[in-house]
Amino acid sequence: MDVVHYLNLGIKAIFVENILLAFFLGNCSYIACSKKIDTAIGLGVAVTFVLTICTPICWAVKNFLLAKGALQWVSANLNGVDLSFLIFISFIAVIAAMTQIVEMLVEKFSPALYNALGIFLPLIAVNCAILGAALFMDQRNYNFMESVVFGFGSGIGWALAIIAMAAIRKKLAYSNIPAPLRGLGITMFISGLMSIGFMCFAGIRL
Amino acid sequence: MAEALFSSKNQKILKDGMWDTNPITFQILGICSALAVTTQLKAAIIMSLGLTFVTAGSNVVISIIRNYIPPQIRIIVQLTVVSALVISIDQALRAYMFDVSKQLSVFVGLIITNCIVMGRLEAFAMGNPPWKSFLDGLANGVGYSAILIAIGAIREILGSGKLWGIPVIPELLYTQGYVNNGMMVLAPGAFFLLGIMVWIQRSISGYKENS
Repeated sequence: MDVVHYLNLGIKAIFVENILLAFFLGNCSYIACSKKIDTAIGLGVAVTFVLTICTPICWAVKNFLLAKGALQWVSANLNGVDLSFLIFISFIAVIAAMTQIVEMLVEKFSPALYNALGIFLPLIAVNCAILGAALFMDQRNYNFMESVVFGFGSGIGWALAIIAMAAIRKKLAYSNIPAPLRGLGITMFISGLMSIGFMCFAGIRL
Repeated sequence: MAEALFSSKNQKILKDGMWDTNPITFQILGICSALAVTTQLKAAIIMSLGLTFVTAGSNVVISIIRNYIPPQIRIIVQLTVVSALVISIDQALRAYMFDVSKQLSVFVGLIITNCIVMGRLEAFAMGNPPWKSFLDGLANGVGYSAILIAIGAIREILGSGKLWGIPVIPELLYTQGYVNNGMMVLAPGAFFLLGIMVWIQRSISGYKENS
């Protein structure tokens, strides 16, 4: 029963409520980095990785530090303290710190990937998909396991969308598009069509 | 003050942000929220106000302290300033306009990671005096708002036949068989509309992407 619940949540995060095509999160890097398939795959992997780590950490920060009564474990006097207005700033700090660590790790252990990702790794810190997933986790009150699954699923969904887009844009190089529509314009139209495609997944449950 | 407040240079800063280098259609920044909060005009306008306030405000603050920020940690400093502004907006919305705050849900918080804010801080405020930075932030905010409000209005009229929550499509049309376009309320409608907006804006301003 439990496994099915998590599977459902994962599938929902990947397909039905795809973080990019249904909630428009992470659109900027999606458009800027979907010109080449290699970069798209690299960035997709990096985002999935950071999302899977950050969402649970943000969950811990929220539930042990910020939520109402969360500081109870420090002392019973702090029972009524509600720091939830600090959620934005602490989440973004967690995310910025995590991206920094991931960047250093990738640089140390896989210089090739580091060179390929280049400027994109630090940019993940300001990728709205990461903060967005963390805020959704907060809003929907996921538990720890759910937040891991949700973070991972959202990452996979995002990666899927950007890789598909890069593949389509590669083919697009051979088509004759009106000049003002090139680049951003046509990318938006294709995303719209992809979004319609992903809407077909609505209602899938195991 | 050697320079007048609205010298021709400063006017150019304003015009660039609003039209020639419009943040959404030219710099391709801040698209997430342009798509997400535009199902209704009201939400779009409040989001625009919030973003313009944050961009202009953070531009000024960063510009004032720009000479004291160590370059290695500038991103964190910028994020802190932006978060502080966004938190104040979020708290104000929750206190005075709770329904709108519910509707915008996570997207108020996402102003923090809105690329327009960070982009302008990096590209402009780090190297320019406060008044110019304020103009730049304001202009970019207004340029963003124009597109956001246009998309919001179109989506609300076509998607639910209303404007600012007031029905504008006459009852007669519905009895004749007119139906609201449900796609406009959903995600694909936003993508298509923004595509069309970009197409129109670039046709007029003559900007071409070389790909």
